[in-house]
Amino acid sequence: MSQQAPQASAGETLVRVERLTRQFGAHTAVDGVDFAVHRGEVLGFLGPNGAGKTTTMRMITGNLAPSAGRVTINGLDILDRPKAAKAEIGYLPEQPPLYRELTVDEYLRFCARLNRIPRGRVARAMALAKERCGLGEVGGRLIGNLSKGYQQRVGIAQAIIHAPAVVVLDEPTVGLDPIQIREIRHLIRELGGEHSVILSTHILPEVQAVCDRVQIINCGRLVMSDSIEALTRRSDTDNLLLRLARPPRLDEIRARMPGVTAVEACGDEAFRLRLGGALTAEQVARIAVEQGWGLRELTPERRSLEQIFVDITAGDGDAAEAKTEPVP
Amino acid sequence: MMAFTIAGRELRSLFLSPLAWAILAVVSGICAWFFLAYLDFFLQMQPRLAALPGGPGAADMVVAPLFSTAATVLLLVVPLLTMRLISEERRAQTLPLLLSAPVSMSEIVFGKFLGVLGFVLVMLAIIAAMPLSLLAGGGLDLGLWAAGVLGLLLLLASFCSIGLYLSTLTAQPVVAAVSTFGLLLLLWILNLASSGGNGGGLFDYLSLMSHFQPLLRGIFSSTDIVYYLLLIGTFLVLSIRRLDADRLQH
Repeated sequence: MSQQAPQASAGETLVRVERLTRQFGAHTAVDGVDFAVHRGEVLGFLGPNGAGKTTTMRMITGNLAPSAGRVTINGLDILDRPKAAKAEIGYLPEQPPLYRELTVDEYLRFCARLNRIPRGRVARAMALAKERCGLGEVGGRLIGNLSKGYQQRVGIAQAIIHAPAVVVLDEPTVGLDPIQIREIRHLIRELGGEHSVILSTHILPEVQAVCDRVQIINCGRLVMSDSIEALTRRSDTDNLLLRLARPPRLDEIRARMPGVTAVEACGDEAFRLRLGGALTAEQVARIAVEQGWGLRELTPERRSLEQIFVDITAGDGDAAEAKTEPVP
Repeated sequence: MMAFTIAGRELRSLFLSPLAWAILAVVSGICAWFFLAYLDFFLQMQPRLAALPGGPGAADMVVAPLFSTAATVLLLVVPLLTMRLISEERRAQTLPLLLSAPVSMSEIVFGKFLGVLGFVLVMLAIIAAMPLSLLAGGGLDLGLWAAGVLGLLLLLASFCSIGLYLSTLTAQPVVAAVSTFGLLLLLWILNLASSGGNGGGLFDYLSLMSHFQPLLRGIFSSTDIVYYLLLIGTFLVLSIRRLDADRLQH
């Protein structure tokens, strides 16, 4: 499970969304959203509840007609050529669309036929989808009797059975136990190899674990779209956490380190320094040693993805003011 | 043809539920009982009827009343079969599976219709086979029988189509069942209003019953056939429109 797929952003564009808008009455759920997803890319779609994630996904998959804008899947417009475009999509809604009275095999056979897989190739497609989703043992069981985790896997199997170019997963790991979450994430990374995956979630570690690119949507608008590395860079701050065995008074630190723009005590012996660019961590260490303060720890601080997310979605101007937490 | 795939799934799910088997058992039981009762009555009357030149035969005395009774019984039963067609999918949120698959809305609706019609055909076959047993011991006017079967088929297809449409309107199967039953009964008895006064002809034309009775008497009139086909088509188109409206701007 690699952190970065090598072919990311190298392939052709499989999904293109242009100025997508959807209104429900007077309420605008999605407002002029633009983005593109390339082959072999896993796109994380983040946003608080009610931000328009699900609405966007329903429009991409043709479940909902947009009020304005265009969606093309592999070059096919979803409104002009719905059948051809939908053949390229696998969709797992938030609530997996399962017929509880059918067995896993019956259900997947129906899905395969529904996605126009020729009769002769249905068995192979089913076997492949079951293998990838770890459903080998449960083929003969009723879907209604399966655990939530297995039902979720059946939902994913349904989405990938026809080897679509684009797989759209709406919160695929909700309600699963940690082991199942790991397995599903692994599967999503795997899918990212040959399909494009659009994944909506509000679980941030999930994005860091599986996505190549992140988009944050808030109140129907895209507020951020960036690669995971850029997001990691964003999370770097110029704060240092300094822990001393024999801490001096605050004003003494200020006096000895003229380049530091702000000092703040965190507990008895720890301080948070903001370097104004005039001072490097190396210099801070030397000063602390020269002054005989008993340097114990010097840690660069990073904003967590959570914090970035909160900053962006809250529309807070000064992101640097945000509370930070140390990354060892 | 994707509609057949959807119909097959529908039929399978129906037969997997105890409801379908219960309905099949009850309908066959009741219709068999009526068949025996009509037959018994016919046998009692036969000596006197035989004396009449051109008097009613077994087909008139057994088949027509049996089919007429079956229609009334099925009026009660079909709403229970059609109620889940779309509303259950709405409730269980399985509709996205069909909507994001490469099938058109008409294929979905047509598939659902064919699925439930397939089940109804099984019931029809059982009921239609009952009078055929008379062939073992005597004659039967097969033309009259065939007209009756055709009438019953068209009538049941209309029930299914109406039930399908009302099922698209709600996420509660029970609501769909009750409203289907209400609408079917209304259309059934609409011709009672035509017994006197103005507009009677219109009500008479709209009634499901007034187009069924001639077929039971062996009168094959294209007006009746067209009426049923129009009714079926109208409600299928309405269902497609209703499901499409879910996707579109409100």
